[in-house]
Amino acid sequence: MKTSIYSIKFFGLLLTCLLTINVFANQSNEQAQQDDGRVSTPSEIEEYILHHLKDSHGFHLVSYTNDAGERVHVGFPLPVIVYGNDGFTTFMSSEFHHDSEGKVIVEKNGSRFVNYHSKIYELEEGATELVFDEAHHPVNASKPLDLSITKSVFGILVVGLLMLWWFSSLARQYKKRSIPKGFGRVLEPLVIYVRDEIARPNIGEKKYRKFTGYLLTVFFFIWILNLIGLTPLGFNVTGQIAVTAALAVLTLIIYVFSGNKDFWGHIFWMPGVPILIRPILAVIELVGTLIIKPFSLLVRLFANISAGHIILMSLIAIMINLKADLTPVGSTALSFVLSLFISVIELLVAFLQAYIFTMLSALFIGMAVAEHDHDHEHDAHGNEIPDAEDIRENFI
Amino acid sequence: METMIPNLVGAGIIVIGAGLGLGKIGGSAMEAIARQPEAANKIQTAMIIIAALLEGLAFGALFLGK
Repeated sequence: MKTSIYSIKFFGLLLTCLLTINVFANQSNEQAQQDDGRVSTPSEIEEYILHHLKDSHGFHLVSYTNDAGERVHVGFPLPVIVYGNDGFTTFMSSEFHHDSEGKVIVEKNGSRFVNYHSKIYELEEGATELVFDEAHHPVNASKPLDLSITKSVFGILVVGLLMLWWFSSLARQYKKRSIPKGFGRVLEPLVIYVRDEIARPNIGEKKYRKFTGYLLTVFFFIWILNLIGLTPLGFNVTGQIAVTAALAVLTLIIYVFSGNKDFWGHIFWMPGVPILIRPILAVIELVGTLIIKPFSLLVRLFANISAGHIILMSLIAIMINLKADLTPVGSTALSFVLSLFISVIELLVAFLQAYIFTMLSALFIGMAVAEHDHDHEHDAHGNEIPDAEDIRENFI
Repeated sequence: METMIPNLVGAGIIVIGAGLGLGKIGGSAMEAIARQPEAANKIQTAMIIIAALLEGLAFGALFLGK
């Protein structure tokens, strides 16, 4: 028994070290190698970080300048699917040759496409270059409907398939044995943790079963995507506001459609307050329920993950910014220590944000489906008349 | 750069407010756990929820001000 605890601890420690050093080594590699070519001034580093925070049409791992003085980009492409003026067009993003300045023109089925800051534009007849007006709208190009498998879409699909595989095989194991084996042994305590510590206390003993599926899905989805965001592949899925917005809207839909009579009653006609205040409270409650709750959910996740990525990359950029002051070895050592420290914190944040999103979703759903144990009688002014049970409770 | 100054001062004020709030939450939770160590789990959960709500507010303000 004792050895198993030690081996779990050792495994955890090993995983932590591997993951964080990996992040550090690869990302810094990328930056250090860009140093002799492009990324050398603070403004270029800022541009590089902002580029990382956005979604892109392909993976970009390492860039370096070869002996002939050319920039070489290493990565792998993803399919681009756009619906433009001539219907659907499909090609691989490698045809852009890692260009995101709108310089490389891809010609397919008579339409010509350019990639400008990770957005795809379709050039009009005769245009050879993307031209913007003062309001930054393109003059000679239109924006097609972009249904590409981008980096974030790819990440979501991979995590979806992984979860389908892990959890369906875990579920199948219970038909044969009561204790799962293999990777299921890692997942089972987490599933039970979400069920017993998040769903059950917040939603209530009677109704938690119906919502546990959603909460588990959301918990593992966010957690795994957060962790993937810390690998050198450069995913930033949960730092995309569209992704977190979609998750928050799912929670909104669930608690709006499962809200019971009491929930809506307390929103539109709050019992126990003077009549004149009730319409004002109804407006406040409605805005709070339909807008502020999902908004706080989506902004929290988005802001935390983006902030984490910005801090991590800024600390790595110390290596380049302070190279002149601290010598290359000194700046690298400083950057190593700081980014290792932040990486470990980010591992914690990855779990914490998944936990908080799930916890607050459970709390909001719990508020919507809560049932009152017994109805209070109300007097003519809407004030509650305490019954015998209340009085007894208050005295005890 | 000069146009950035109000934003930066605003961000500072937000962080001061959030820091005070988090300090109060953390301090009260510590006190509560010291008084009733057996309720530590419940107190921690409540603490994390309130901290998360406060953090959401602070981040919202930072992003709106950006």
